[in-house]
Amino acid sequence: MTAVAETIVTPGQMTRATTEPRWVRWILVAIALGFLLLVVIIPLVLIFQQAFEKGWHVYLAALTESDARSAIKLTLLVAAIAVPLNGVFGLVAAWAVTKFRFRGKNILVTLIDLPIAVSPVISGMIFVLLFGLHGWMGPWLQDHDLKIIFAVPGIVMATTFITFPFVARELIPLMEEQGTEEEEAALVLGASGWQTFRRITLPNIKWGLLYGLILCNARAMGEFGAVSVVSGHIRGATNTIPLQVEILYNEYSFSAAFALATLLAFLAIATLVLKSIIEWKSARVGAGEATSDRTIR
Amino acid sequence: MKRVIPGFGLSLGLTMSYLSLIVLIPLSTLFIKTASLTWSGFWDIVTAPRVLAAFKVSLGCAAVAALINAVLGLLVAWVLVRYKFPGRRLVDAIVDLPFALPTAVAGIALTTLYSQNGWLGRYLEPMGIKVAFAPLGIIVALTFIGLPFVVRTVQPVLEDLEAEAEEASASLGANRWQTFRRVVFPHLVPPLLTGFAMAFARGIGEYGSVVFISGNMPMKTEIVPLLIVTKLEQFDYAGATALATAALVLSFVLLLVINLLQYWAGHRHRGDVRVIPPSRSDLAVPVESPA
Repeated sequence: MTAVAETIVTPGQMTRATTEPRWVRWILVAIALGFLLLVVIIPLVLIFQQAFEKGWHVYLAALTESDARSAIKLTLLVAAIAVPLNGVFGLVAAWAVTKFRFRGKNILVTLIDLPIAVSPVISGMIFVLLFGLHGWMGPWLQDHDLKIIFAVPGIVMATTFITFPFVARELIPLMEEQGTEEEEAALVLGASGWQTFRRITLPNIKWGLLYGLILCNARAMGEFGAVSVVSGHIRGATNTIPLQVEILYNEYSFSAAFALATLLAFLAIATLVLKSIIEWKSARVGAGEATSDRTIR
Repeated sequence: MKRVIPGFGLSLGLTMSYLSLIVLIPLSTLFIKTASLTWSGFWDIVTAPRVLAAFKVSLGCAAVAALINAVLGLLVAWVLVRYKFPGRRLVDAIVDLPFALPTAVAGIALTTLYSQNGWLGRYLEPMGIKVAFAPLGIIVALTFIGLPFVVRTVQPVLEDLEAEAEEASASLGANRWQTFRRVVFPHLVPPLLTGFAMAFARGIGEYGSVVFISGNMPMKTEIVPLLIVTKLEQFDYAGATALATAALVLSFVLLLVINLLQYWAGHRHRGDVRVIPPSRSDLAVPVESPA
């Protein structure tokens, strides 16, 4: 379509009635890019500049120092528990919500989304109220020598709470769109429920599922507010990477703080790159869904 | 009628159990704890001068940041959908960075940037513009955090807009600005309001990116989430609970408003505009397509 339009009206000769004059377009693009440069790109560049300011040796030393190593290990451990858990239950929840009709479905979807609307600080606080020393189960836990708050289990719980919706909310619109015909056909032809899920549903949703897991992982590793409330900031024991970054920064060890921060920045960049790849892949899978050709030159 | 697809009881049962265990039971402790306060006790806590000041800072800065994002986010979405320029796809991907970058990392980066010796702070401070450790810093942090919300709600609506209406408007003699204002913009009002409300709600609860840059001075740059943390650290559970409940009720009201806006949008332009096409769901934007 654009190609046809271009043979009739080459850009620059005259302005089409449904676009803006060239100078207006360039000014708008310049303002938008300037805004993004100021708000997003400069801060991102600064993270790497600060981290490498004192050279590779300082950078590597900051990453291999023992508190940093234990923070990295704890972050990986927390993500390794929270992400698969939320992945499986996100899948189950999406199955329940999209493959069946039942009363109260909208309420269920709203409840699944709930953790997104709750401030991270409050998300951590509810676990302190429940398991903290002065909390409901605090005395009982103490009697049995169990520690949840200011310990690893609390961090895992708060992270699981925060990242609960990510897989489900990625899958629900996707599976809603795909409907149930393919599954019904498979079942009528004699496939078992599990076969249907594995051979029909899973291949259809694999990109969405992967994307949900990646998002869930990015949030799990980077969560700060909720984890900060339940962790107790014990060095080498209950500090995740973001908490260790905070401590180093508040101690004016800026290079070390930014060095650890680059790990999370790399994770964020990798997440965005994977997101772009997945969007591209799933756009190709859903071929025929022509992308908007209304881009005006 | 017998259901063809198996696993209804199993999947719904598992979902409900997991949801209750991870989300509902923990969250309900907050309300049960609040219920143990007397009404006057609750009222005294949330109307204390320091608390009111914190709410003022949180709400004010979040509103300003959401407004900045509404205006410039609309522009970014417009430019991304309507114009072709080098690096457009990269810019499109970068819009999501605030979702993917952990808030603490954003916090220390912005603070370093705008502090006295920072890349930007060193030019702004001599001009008398103090960003770090001032309310302006909170606005900067919340603008960063809220950026994707408006862009990602407006963008799909703009993509789905039919060219015919604009062509008709132009052929009937309207100039470009009139066409934008009278034909295009009305379609963008619902997603703009939704994006604004989401950025605003996120801004009120935001903690990680703000605590570093705000300076945390009581009565001046102390935000509500920080005050909750402070009360928790002092084992003032009653105070923290009351504040958390007030903040939570506020964000639920906003959530309700968002849903009403989407309902309104769905009915006003039924058939010609979808708020979010299911194929284009983005990083963590809490939007459901209108029923």
